Amino acid sequence: MTADMLYVLWLRQMRRYVRSRSRILGAVGQPILYLLALGYGLGSVFKRAGGGNYIEFLVPGVIVQTILFSSVFWGIQIIWDKQFGFLKETLVAPVSRFTIMLGGVLGGATIAFIQGVLVLVSALVLGFRPDTWALVPVALVVMIVLAVSMACLGTGIASLVNDFQGFQAINNFVVFPMFFLSGALYPLVGIPLLLFAVSAVNPLSYAVDGLRDVLIHQSRFGIGIDLGVLAALTVVLAWFGVFTFSRIEA
Amino acid sequence: MSGLPPPGYLSSTDLIDESGGPVIRRILPAGKDGCQVTAEDVPASAAAIEVRGLMRRFGNLVAVDRIDLGVRHGEVFAFLGPNGAGKSTTIKMLTTLLRPTEGTICLNGRDAVRDPTGARRQFGIVFQDTTVDTELTAYENMELHGVLYGIPRAEMQGRIGSLLELVRLSDRANDYVKTFSGGMVRRLEVARGLLHDPSILFLDEPTIGLDAQTRALLWQHVNEMNDRSGTTVFFSTHYIEEAEMAADRIAVIDHGRIVATGTVQELKERTRAATLEAAYLSLTGTEVREERVTGGEQLRERIRGQRR
Ligand SMILES: Nc1ncnc2c1ncn2[C@@H]1O[C@H](COP(=O)(O)OP(=O)(O)OP(=O)(O)O)[C@@H](O)[C@H]1O
Ligand SMILES: [Mg+2]
Repeated sequence: MTADMLYVLWLRQMRRYVRSRSRILGAVGQPILYLLALGYGLGSVFKRAGGGNYIEFLVPGVIVQTILFSSVFWGIQIIWDKQFGFLKETLVAPVSRFTIMLGGVLGGATIAFIQGVLVLVSALVLGFRPDTWALVPVALVVMIVLAVSMACLGTGIASLVNDFQGFQAINNFVVFPMFFLSGALYPLVGIPLLLFAVSAVNPLSYAVDGLRDVLIHQSRFGIGIDLGVLAALTVVLAWFGVFTFSRIEA
Repeated sequence: MSGLPPPGYLSSTDLIDESGGPVIRRILPAGKDGCQVTAEDVPASAAAIEVRGLMRRFGNLVAVDRIDLGVRHGEVFAFLGPNGAGKSTTIKMLTTLLRPTEGTICLNGRDAVRDPTGARRQFGIVFQDTTVDTELTAYENMELHGVLYGIPRAEMQGRIGSLLELVRLSDRANDYVKTFSGGMVRRLEVARGLLHDPSILFLDEPTIGLDAQTRALLWQHVNEMNDRSGTTVFFSTHYIEEAEMAADRIAVIDHGRIVATGTVQELKERTRAATLEAAYLSLTGTEVREERVTGGEQLRERIRGQRR
């Protein structure tokens, strides 16, 4: 029964997703644009500075970017559902808040994962090649864990605020800094010590690092630590999402 | 084990079991729950809805001010009151969407605050405003509801079909709700609320924006559910004649307080009014409550007031 319920909640999001072509294009197009604009624009500078191939370096970063923003988008959907009323329909159903939240997170995370895969495939089409093909499944695992944890984060943020402005504010002060200090777009070397410390406690750094390790064998921490940190992060954010969502009023 | 409900449990005289006979009630140990849970095999004699000292504050505003309500099983109960009186806030608390600031709510003996999932199994609700997903089709909205309420897959299609038929949306079943007119969305909301055949049905201004035909069909169907399955109905409305026609009993709320409860006859007698409308206006006053009300409506209110 509960599996059925999770399935319809998941299915609802998938239906909305496949019906919204602009959303698919927008969410995949932007990272590709980053990849091309930054990759070709800064590639030679990066190489001269001894960083190697910048496009290769960027691919894991833009995958993380895609997944991060797509899964946090699930939070925006919750706020929409609050404002357009649909949330009430799910909140009065004789189903635990945990199930409602889990169905939503699974839907949001699935969409984010699909978007991440689309970006990876686009990168392959553009000529990107992973160092070890056999490690691609590990990359997919990192992507899934990231998608789930960030969808939980989006749920938590959306449960705490009542409108888009509030969500945007938290987005700007939490999610964007997390992204820029994750090493997704530039290597975190030679930056001020404080920023380096921040990046070391930034869970997104471990997602970027993990993907970079399995795709192009460049790593600060190693995939083992990366996955461990991401798993712990998922537990914490899932708790945060469940706790805040269970207290939501509509 | 006493044959009678413990004192305080059904204190209002409204709530005494009509059969009169001794009711064997197994009271489960209280404590975890604000409602004494009666066992399943016991005659359904407790109130379907029991509200004690219910209060809700929004900041400094007391939207619902320590109200008591008792609705019997199988009763059709109307909730009247001016704009902003606290009807929707009360219904949202009864349906577990808002946490009460104070007070207890029992739905078929389930505590809505401490056992929300148990309480949610007892009711269906049609909200005052839209709660369907406009990016889905009518059928998909109904199906999602059906699965969340555990309707068996085998029955799903048939039940959805007959309810869409009832609200005359069969030919639009596979259209996106965003292409519907306001009244069609409303009809879909109503159909969805009835889908799982709830034991208690909450309707927050269900007929707002509905044409006369659909209003008649809706009440006919609600009455049928009430007759056939003993569905308890709790509805709010601004159409006094609707309350008069459909309700067994009426509660009038004003400024968050219940100002009167009773049958149409009782309310009329109490206010010495000839019509329910006059009784209602005498209970709640004739002054308009919301600045947003248009001039025309204000005029009508004033004329109504003078007629009395
Ligand atoms: N979420 C909220 N935050 C702050 N105040 C609220 C909120 N919801 C309701 N109120 C206030 O509580 C009071 C009661 O509102 P409620 O919606 O319950 O009225 P109502 O009886 O349903 O009115 P109507 O007939 O217009 O639907 C109003 O003063 C309203 O402004
Ligand atoms: Mg209302």
